Amino acid sequence: MTVATARRLGESALRIVWIYPDLLSTYGDQGNALILAYRAAARGHRVERIDVRSDQTVPMDADIYLIGGGEDRPQRLAAERLRRDPGLGRAADRGAAILAVCAGFQLLGHTFYDEQEGVLPGLGLIDATSHRGTVRCVGEVVADPDPGLTVGGASLPTLTGFENHMGTTLLGPGVRALGTVRVGNGNGAGAGTDGAYVGKIAGTYLHGPVLARNPALADLLLGWADGNSGRSPVDDDWHLKLRAERLAAVGP
Amino acid sequence: MSTAVAADSGQTGDLPARARVAVAAGKVTGAVSRAAGRGSGAVIGGRVALRLDPELLARLTAGRECVLVSATNGKTTTTRLIAEALRAVGQVASNALGANMPAGITAAMAQDREAQYAVIEVDEKYLPGVARQTKPKAIALLNLSRDQLDRAAETRMMAQRWRDGLAGTEATVVANADDPLVVWAAGLAPNVVWVAAGQAWQEDAWSCPQCGGVLKRPGQDWMCASCDFRRPTPTWLLEGEALRDPFGVRIGLTGLKLPGRANRANATTAAAVAAIFGVDPQVAVHRMEQVTAVAGRYDTVQYRGRALRLLLAKNPAGWLETFDLVTGGADHPVLLSVNALGADGTDTSWLWDVDYTRLAGRPVLVIGQRRLDLAVRLQVAGVEFSVYDDVDAAVDAAPEGLIDVIANYTAFQQVRQRVGA
Repeated sequence: MTVATARRLGESALRIVWIYPDLLSTYGDQGNALILAYRAAARGHRVERIDVRSDQTVPMDADIYLIGGGEDRPQRLAAERLRRDPGLGRAADRGAAILAVCAGFQLLGHTFYDEQEGVLPGLGLIDATSHRGTVRCVGEVVADPDPGLTVGGASLPTLTGFENHMGTTLLGPGVRALGTVRVGNGNGAGAGTDGAYVGKIAGTYLHGPVLARNPALADLLLGWADGNSGRSPVDDDWHLKLRAERLAAVGP
Repeated sequence: MSTAVAADSGQTGDLPARARVAVAAGKVTGAVSRAAGRGSGAVIGGRVALRLDPELLARLTAGRECVLVSATNGKTTTTRLIAEALRAVGQVASNALGANMPAGITAAMAQDREAQYAVIEVDEKYLPGVARQTKPKAIALLNLSRDQLDRAAETRMMAQRWRDGLAGTEATVVANADDPLVVWAAGLAPNVVWVAAGQAWQEDAWSCPQCGGVLKRPGQDWMCASCDFRRPTPTWLLEGEALRDPFGVRIGLTGLKLPGRANRANATTAAAVAAIFGVDPQVAVHRMEQVTAVAGRYDTVQYRGRALRLLLAKNPAGWLETFDLVTGGADHPVLLSVNALGADGTDTSWLWDVDYTRLAGRPVLVIGQRRLDLAVRLQVAGVEFSVYDDVDAAVDAAPEGLIDVIANYTAFQQVRQRVGA
């Protein structure tokens, strides 16, 4: 399947779908789309970005899907509409790459918690369930990525980001954590991990946005989409300075 | 210090003993705080006074005709414009420096016990409470959009809090018909004057606050595709460079010294509020034309051989409106400064909601505590920029002439302090 869906240079546009910016874009989530497009262009792709509003259908034939953060009500509305729309599920079956952040991550799991309606069904694309935590997790996060994640032949560098949520996400045996938390909370106070990944689907509580802080993660997603597992030919000097500053800001 | 208390005793004669003690204690604390060099002393003084008498704000505004002004953006400026307009009919007390939480408001009201009118800027979170205490004659609601992501609840929750808090209010609510969240917020107020004040930033208003459906926006209009929630018919309109009052009279706004569409919108709302107090809109606008800068905003300052124009932009909606003010030739430099201290919100993700491509082609100079976040943002936007350690280094790197400085909250205060504005 990887070979079948791998997008080669010059074939057709690399299509990036941003799901429901009208509901789930609370935490600068557009940034992840902008960064992917910027780096995809540097890899030689023609890029087509498709913003899908919540009254539109999710195309099933794109390369990378992004779904972002939001509070309870927009999360509930997004889940209701995505459960009725087979687009994202079919894209996942085809092996498209998906990055889900915060509320978006929760609703890709089996269930998540809504203040008003209690436990609600998610899309079941990630083997995880999310619950209401007891404390709000706000602040910088540092996590060591799962060693199984590599880009350019090397392990993914330390993950840095900012979290702001009340969720606790329990991972099932069908997924691995995206990283082990060193600073902050990630999948909830005491969880010790952040996010999850399985196949070409990744979820995380990190924003900042996460790809601005972790351009290697952007390259990982692009590699899942175009089959090129190397780093993008981009001058990452400012990204690296930002990463160094943020990592220093939370101490050793 | 004892003279301060004695001098005030004449003015506080109509207050109960407990309130008199609270006002005096607040003033003493304020004076001590000022003497220690800790700001204007108003907020700390107000805090002490409120602890001694929690009803003090109600007592200090009893018998006055009050206006409350709240919004995500423009509340300090609009408060100032309304105060100027109302001075046509009498003395006005106001928290003009933007101390907009209960302590700062109380301090400002204690400071000026004579004025018959009070025009009060209110932080969004405190609007219902301050409205209960001050029983205002008018409440101006300008706009609601995302701000300080790590602290405030979502924008819709704020609109809901306003809606519940203003249900059945006796005040005339003057509200922006072009902002669906503001319309929702004013929805249970019996007496609303709708102003077509425009809405440049629409990214927080695609989802119907009533039913969760998607809002349609044909032209200037808007309506929910799924329920009956729609734009009310405004009686006051901002039409380009002029306002139109309920009688169809157009009054030009080109004489305003405060620049930009957002300030023309603020002036339109201010004129609608002033009309409630019997001020003719022509008179109101004429008085508003005298305002040149508000708490340092829009001020032009000479510094190290350049003219720095100081612009405040705290959130995506504010940046969008502020980009409209950047004028001059393509070689005209812009200096950007972004912090993420407590008062700014400590999450910088919002930078990615701002369309910095609007600055492409200009020299862009970057400073501030979070200049590296901004550098990454500008690189991905394809905007050329250079990064400096502080305002002096950035100014020295620019050619002589005008520099537009755009900064968020604490960054703005720091630049202002440094350049002596």
